[in-house]
Amino acid sequence: MVGHLLEVKDLEVKFALRFGDLTAIDGISFILDKKEKLGLVGESGAGKSVTGFSIINLISKPGYISGGSVTLDGVKLNDLTDSEMREIRGNKISMIFQDPMMTLNPVLTIATQMTETVHAHRNVSKNDAMDIALDKLKKVYIPSPEKRLFQYPHECSGGMRQRIVVAIALLTNPALIIADEPTTALDVTIQAGITDLLSELCETDDMGLILITHDLAVVSQVTEKIAVMYAGKIIETGLTEDIIKNPRHPYTQGLIGSIPGTQEMGKRLTQIKGMMPTLTDIPKGCAFHPRCDIGEQICRETTPLLESVDGEKRLIACHIAGV
Amino acid sequence: MFAFIIRRIIQAVIVMLVISFIGFSVQHSIGDPVRDMVGERVSEAEREALRDKLGLNDPFLTQYFRFVKNACYGDLGISYFHNKPTMHVILRKAPATIELIFATTIIILLITFPVGVYSAINPNSWFSRVVMGVSTIGVAVPVFLTAIILIYIFGVELQWLPAFGRGDTVNIWGWETGFLTKDGLLHLILPSISLASIMLPLYIRLIRSEMMEVLETEYIKFAWAKGLNRYRVWLLHAFKNTLLPVITVIGVEIGILFAFTLLTETVFQWQGMGFMFLEAVERADTALIVAYLVIVGVMFVVINTLVDVIYGFVNPMVRITGSK
Ligand SMILES: Nc1ncnc2c1ncn2[C@@H]1O[C@H](COP(=O)(O)OP(=O)(O)OP(=O)(O)O)[C@@H](O)[C@H]1O
Ligand SMILES: [Mg+2]
Repeated sequence: MVGHLLEVKDLEVKFALRFGDLTAIDGISFILDKKEKLGLVGESGAGKSVTGFSIINLISKPGYISGGSVTLDGVKLNDLTDSEMREIRGNKISMIFQDPMMTLNPVLTIATQMTETVHAHRNVSKNDAMDIALDKLKKVYIPSPEKRLFQYPHECSGGMRQRIVVAIALLTNPALIIADEPTTALDVTIQAGITDLLSELCETDDMGLILITHDLAVVSQVTEKIAVMYAGKIIETGLTEDIIKNPRHPYTQGLIGSIPGTQEMGKRLTQIKGMMPTLTDIPKGCAFHPRCDIGEQICRETTPLLESVDGEKRLIACHIAGV
Repeated sequence: MFAFIIRRIIQAVIVMLVISFIGFSVQHSIGDPVRDMVGERVSEAEREALRDKLGLNDPFLTQYFRFVKNACYGDLGISYFHNKPTMHVILRKAPATIELIFATTIIILLITFPVGVYSAINPNSWFSRVVMGVSTIGVAVPVFLTAIILIYIFGVELQWLPAFGRGDTVNIWGWETGFLTKDGLLHLILPSISLASIMLPLYIRLIRSEMMEVLETEYIKFAWAKGLNRYRVWLLHAFKNTLLPVITVIGVEIGILFAFTLLTETVFQWQGMGFMFLEAVERADTALIVAYLVIVGVMFVVINTLVDVIYGFVNPMVRITGSK
């Protein structure tokens, strides 16, 4: 193995607020190999989006990376200058956002929004940039792409816009795509289309994928690996198959238990008792213990580490189940 | 786009009918054209005969329609004081006011956009803080005070700039312009800065807050994620979206700019329509007052339509649906 595509190590993200710093990401680590697909799952507020943005160093304002490292293809992204980082964004790593209605600029044509990305990273003529744009629109199965190019976002439906966003992500043949809930804002009938498209493109174009979602059902169909996040930490990670069949952490068990039949698509996760704590009052010890059925005294006192269990490719952060 | 323009023209016609109706009603109830035409010594019977002849005893609406019809031919009555068609009087004064407003607009655009955009991008820089502080005070300073202070400093103490009148003008096809002589341009500086001063704080704050809001949107975040050059993100992606609400406000505020020409022209003895209007009010020259209202109304409608057309070009949504 020559080296990993992406290596996130002890990443820590804080938000500098008036009353002090809030830790949103608390030392997470994971590895993604070339062409691998990782599902990042967890309830709302777990820190999935912040993780995604911190990889391309684009956390919104009071947020900053306070520790750890992100390494892409052997290059440590933390050390890059602004303009070097700009060369990574949209070039080596593309992002797809949640709501296609808000992602595209309403006053610029599709063509402008596509070719500008090409021009930002490739030294090509206008015509060549146009050809690349057209080619990618075809790739995401947009009907009459020549016409689409000269339209504005409001002339396209939601599903069409998300396809365009995917096409934009593909423009520079990136090594990694980070898709932050790419289907959550879409009609159920369109969701499957977008997810299938993404996993198909990863196969054909040799791209790595980080798929951020609430939806374990989607993840189980697309990805090879899963990382489950809870209150800013990864609490269980391993091969998708293993985790879906045999979740070990009580939180993961709760998540999977709440899907009616692992095969069924498009269902949102329902409840584990209680709610995830907000960043301001994360409990001492294991952050999950107030909601946990198998917790013991130790869970209230010490934070469990993410450790491998019985030599498997599986890591769990749990005092009880991890033994 | 075609439907959009047609719709705008219809709206403009309606607005003009309303303005002319109000103007005519005012004239009808307070003005007395007969007094304007003949002296005090003509007998009441002769006046009555003259009224009949002029159609002044016709029903109100008949007179109004005659007024509109004449207005369409450019006839807005006779000025009692100048003893000339009001249209001629006003058209002679119009270039001064139009050039003043034009210069003011240029100053406003040149200052507010760069400053507003810069302070939206760097909200915490000392420059932005100073600008915000000054503009908070600036909103509260009345124009005549700005004007008098400017006149005192640059006109009286330093004697750098002329403070009264238009200076040398050149006549081009009947248009007296001050843009083509150095003297004319120098005379423009103080009045246009004074007039601009009412709008500067407002626009800087507006542009800044709109731009800051746009910078928080998802599509800007996506633009960053695409790895675009920062100037492209700021000056194309963010700025173009900032323009939309700002253009709308400009359309509304232009009326206020016209209103403030009255004050500015008086303080600077600027021989424009505003100066003329205040004189007309003093002399109770009703025909001239009404003609001024109608002509300013026309200008206002024309400029507003232009602003809307520009808005339509910036906002792709307008072109398709034909509505906002
Ligand atoms: N700009 C910000 N200022 C302060 N706190 C923030 C900010 N952005 C995110 N956070 C905090 O970081 C935590 C993680 O947020 P994040 O958006 O990553 O959650 P998520 O897992 O993506 O949730 P969702 O499923 O709702 O998208 C949240 O608790 C949130 O309160
Ligand atoms: Mg999120």
